[in-house]
Amino acid sequence: MQGLRLRKYSPYERSRILFCYVMLLPIFALFFVLRIWPIIRTFWMSLFDWNLIGRNHSFIGLDNYAMLFQDPQFLLSMKNTFLYAGASVALCFVISLPIAMVLAKKMRFSPFYQAIYFLPFITPLVPMSVAWKWIYDPMYGILNYILSIFGMPSVGWLIYPNVAIWALIIMNVWKNLGYNIVLLMVGLRNISPVYYEAASIDGAYGWKKFQYITWPLLKPMILYVVVTSTINAFNVFTQVYVMTLGSQAAPGRAVRVLLYDIYENAFRYFRLGYASAEAVILTIIVIALTVVQFKYIKSEV
Amino acid sequence: MSKMTKDHSLGFLQRVLKHLALIIGSIIMVIPFVWMFTTAFKPEVEVLIWPPKLLPKAPTYQNFIDLFRQAPFFRYFMNSVLISGISTISILMISLVGGFIFSKYRFPGKNFLFTVLIVTAIVPFESYVIPLYTTMVKWGWINTYRGIIAPYLVMSFGIFLLRQHIGSTISDELMDAARIDGCSEFGILTRIVLPLSKSSGGALGIFAFTQAWIAFMWPLLLANKKEMFNMEIGLTMFQYRFSTNYSLLMAGSVISVVPMIIIFVVLRRQIIESISLTGLKG
Repeated sequence: MQGLRLRKYSPYERSRILFCYVMLLPIFALFFVLRIWPIIRTFWMSLFDWNLIGRNHSFIGLDNYAMLFQDPQFLLSMKNTFLYAGASVALCFVISLPIAMVLAKKMRFSPFYQAIYFLPFITPLVPMSVAWKWIYDPMYGILNYILSIFGMPSVGWLIYPNVAIWALIIMNVWKNLGYNIVLLMVGLRNISPVYYEAASIDGAYGWKKFQYITWPLLKPMILYVVVTSTINAFNVFTQVYVMTLGSQAAPGRAVRVLLYDIYENAFRYFRLGYASAEAVILTIIVIALTVVQFKYIKSEV
Repeated sequence: MSKMTKDHSLGFLQRVLKHLALIIGSIIMVIPFVWMFTTAFKPEVEVLIWPPKLLPKAPTYQNFIDLFRQAPFFRYFMNSVLISGISTISILMISLVGGFIFSKYRFPGKNFLFTVLIVTAIVPFESYVIPLYTTMVKWGWINTYRGIIAPYLVMSFGIFLLRQHIGSTISDELMDAARIDGCSEFGILTRIVLPLSKSSGGALGIFAFTQAWIAFMWPLLLANKKEMFNMEIGLTMFQYRFSTNYSLLMAGSVISVVPMIIIFVVLRRQIIESISLTGLKG
């Protein structure tokens, strides 16, 4: 079939097409082995009772999914992941928007502030998680010290999972604030000043300008920032592993999030099929978020 | 945007308040870094005191000496450099070729292949780590560099970035002119596209390097021997062993943060611009 279609092309074009295929072959070979095949396999494995130990994998259809929705550990990790993603994205956005609006205007030291706020975003997660663990230390940590200055009682930040998740959220807001600011600034700077000038002539000021010009024109960028941050938050793992696991990575105090649950089921209990079903659910959530974004941008443009 | 404020004294007050708020925010942002750095230079007795003091009374380098005595951090560092280096080179080469082909040529199956790339870009890596791991077990690639590096050899985002860049900077006329002069398709790639892609290649390089540097779950699965740890895993395991010795732990954090901070300080503008660039495509 391919040969038949190729006949439409001149010899000159045919040699160029051949060049394309030759160049792309090794690239797609790598993509196939490292991305495409594993993605397909994950879906496939999720339909099996598949253990690392033992050879017999029996096909069980959607049973893994049915079991998941009755598994309290999985439901807890879903709840935690949604809370973590929702709270940190919302907080981060609410804090970053006013900062971005101030920094987007011509002002002194703007690049300096930008760099400071952006710094946490580029620093590696593990050392910063270790540093935050020290900040959160219940006995000698600086956070409890600051709270004590204001007369507030000490908090055992990382001891109870329901408190620890807020400790993780605070750290995530700190880490991603700069990313939000930089992207929102790009969006704000792309709004033509003509709109604001026209609004001024019509007598609009402060809040009205924000409501009728800034917000609607910034919406696509807001959506982009919110969606990418949410997807990022759904993939939280490193902080949980470093900050909330006990010595020798004991899961006693772990904040159970989706990736941690997948990790534990797959690589501690070797329930590969079951963990694959969880991974498929993660994939579906991420794809749904991406589709929402694409749909919206298409409808806007 | 550049509208003048009519009332100058009000404008001044506003500006002062803005700066004050931004400075308080900046202090909150840098506290974790400062706290980490000063603790790293404290002797152990000074760490566990109440109320905590920000600056060490008797600053010492001892923690850094102990650090390298207790764990092979130099080896971890070199492992990270090796993994990130190979990953970056591979991603740059693949993205250059892929971006060039997808932006400048038409061939049967192009749309299908491009859709496949988009799918691999959307699905998060951690969600298909299980079959990838079983493959590595089957191939005997556990505890090997090739196993740790493999998933970081490709990045579909890189192909998108360079496709966009090449599409907008290199005209078809330029390519035709080169062809008339007897340049082959491959020659166009190496002699025209490569030199003209340095800026976006640089941005992609920084991105690829950091991505491999902060890799966590995959090296955690693949590296079971100390010799194979990268910085991130090395520090994680180290903190389980010395979970209460904060001055030692902060010394470890400092040495794994400093290279990235240096890169950021030197390339600050490019890094922030490349992040904005990815946002613009959205």
